Amino acid sequence: MSHSNYQPKNSVLAWIERRLPIFGFMHGSFVAYPVPRNLNYWWTFGGILSFMLGVQIITGVVLVMHYTPTSLEAFNSVEKIMRDVNYGWLLRYIHANGASMFFLAVYIHIFRGLYYGSYKEPREVLWILGVIIFILMMATAFMGYVLPWGQMSFWAATVITNLFSAIPVFGKSITQFLWGGYSVDEPTLQRFFALHYLLPFMIAGVVVLHIWALHHVGQGNPAGIDVKSDRDTVPFTPYATVKDNFALICFMILFAWFVFYIPNYLGHPDNYIPANPLQTPPHIVPEWYFLPFYAILRAIPNKLLGVVALFSSIIVLAFLPWLDTSKVRSARFRPLYKQFFWVLVVTCVGLGYLGSQPAEGIYVIVARILTAYYFLHFLVILPVLGYFETPKPLPKSISEPVLGKSGVAVGIGARAPRKN
Amino acid sequence: MSKTVTTEPTRRDFLYIATASVGAVGAAAVAWPIISSMNPDASVLAMSSTEVDLTPIAEGQIITVKWQGKPVFISHRTKKEIQEAENVKLSELPDPQPDSARVKKGKEEWLVVIGICTHLGCVPLGHEGEYGGWFCPCHGSVYDTSGRIRKGPAPLNLALPPYEFTSDKAIKIG
Ligand code: HEM
Ligand code: FES
Repeated sequence: MSHSNYQPKNSVLAWIERRLPIFGFMHGSFVAYPVPRNLNYWWTFGGILSFMLGVQIITGVVLVMHYTPTSLEAFNSVEKIMRDVNYGWLLRYIHANGASMFFLAVYIHIFRGLYYGSYKEPREVLWILGVIIFILMMATAFMGYVLPWGQMSFWAATVITNLFSAIPVFGKSITQFLWGGYSVDEPTLQRFFALHYLLPFMIAGVVVLHIWALHHVGQGNPAGIDVKSDRDTVPFTPYATVKDNFALICFMILFAWFVFYIPNYLGHPDNYIPANPLQTPPHIVPEWYFLPFYAILRAIPNKLLGVVALFSSIIVLAFLPWLDTSKVRSARFRPLYKQFFWVLVVTCVGLGYLGSQPAEGIYVIVARILTAYYFLHFLVILPVLGYFETPKPLPKSISEPVLGKSGVAVGIGARAPRKN
Repeated sequence: MSKTVTTEPTRRDFLYIATASVGAVGAAAVAWPIISSMNPDASVLAMSSTEVDLTPIAEGQIITVKWQGKPVFISHRTKKEIQEAENVKLSELPDPQPDSARVKKGKEEWLVVIGICTHLGCVPLGHEGEYGGWFCPCHGSVYDTSGRIRKGPAPLNLALPPYEFTSDKAIKIG
């Protein structure tokens, strides 16, 4: 799958290259690699996500050097990080807000995929790997949030681990196994710490598979049609590299604004109160990125079914390549799907809002309607739409609308050198 | 070379299967202690019991004590609360249980329950909710003065810890 027969000029590098062809591999994957010439800014979030994973791992490793995972010391050690450790406040705020930024980016990345049909043949495995990364991210963020051992940490841990108690027959033993005791306590904190350290590296591993699959089948593009010739592509460097970096810098400005100006905006004040197993705070809500799922859980008045709905709402994504029966990838050419897409976006944001409100009265009713619609979208609308919708005519090639039929470049772009 | 169609497993197939089986048994043997180590350990299992003196608890008061790391509510119920708990039709209850099965005979004024919502484990607030029992702030489950679930997503009544009266005014939980 090499896209270049690059040879390093430097004799030392050339010596290494003959024994481990790593420079050629990097060159083929990130320099000469041909990308569709019509990619827009929604395609820059993969790079942003890779960057965020790096940020979380680096700040996390340094935080661990000052953090103590015991129920007596965890809270104090985080306060020590905030007050005594050089730049500790900065590292912790980057890590805590970094998790939010990570989810912001992943949600945009996922909705990009939904809009442009990125999950369709031949990218099903690529998409499923993405769903796996998303699930691992949720597990990681949840366990990380428990580590400061404040009131929200403790009660989030209690409520989420209790989801497993809904499992018939084995529920109780499973939850006690997860806790390592009869309730959330020190053993729980310690295993969450171990797993919070481990999972990001597992994510990194799945990211490698994700990118491997991506480079094997090639990137999709906003037109949703296949690359047909070299004229449809440009080389990764400089075109994608510069675009990705520009988007990354804009994203970092937003990130920095949170870290330096409103570092606690997304957090909950109750988490600055040490964990108290005898008292639940009056309003417990998860972090914003879990709110839509939380709303689904609470919308259903039955414990087991609520938990089943919560997990199904995530798992359903993995089946998307087979639920969407339309052969046309991009919503640009699917007039009806495009509208349903935006209804889904509003539904998800609406569920997020409802998840943050108390579970009573009108909120519960609306949450039920939106939950039903969420599943309706994936399980009924998508399969049926493929048969009823008349797609708009697709362009002949990616380059045609840009370069005209003659194929003479109208000013921009060089071709990707394929196998020079 | 002519095609050889062998339906019989060969000796090599046998060796492959035997090797894989031994490998699987080995992997399971290694996984066992690793997984088992995550269970509650001996110090957690050592059932501690908690003794509580009931004299300072006034009528109408609920106190919370800690047993095995969990909150336990001890409610000194008023006459009215006891009557409300006893007069409910069992058919109205999601998890039917008479009040008499939830208290010790002759000690109806003392209700001892584990203070963990049977939905997802929050600690309900006492003397709250429509039935004057408990209200869970997390997802809105409502319990009555007998700690029985009346409304909301929780499926079961508040659990009863094992306890006994060591004297007229003292109990031992556990
Ligand atoms: C996928 C990447 C990661 C995500 C999404 C993530 C998320 C989080 C979150 C949400 C918190 C709670 C922050 C707070 O409220 O204080 C946290 C805390 C923590 N994380 Fe991570 N984390 C990641 C990677 C890592 C890694 C790789 C390490 C260590 C090697 C690490 C070490 C820690 C430590 C020590 C804390 C407790 C200190 C604190 O609360 O700031 N994290 N993490
Ligand atoms: S934990 Fe009490 S209602 Fe959910």
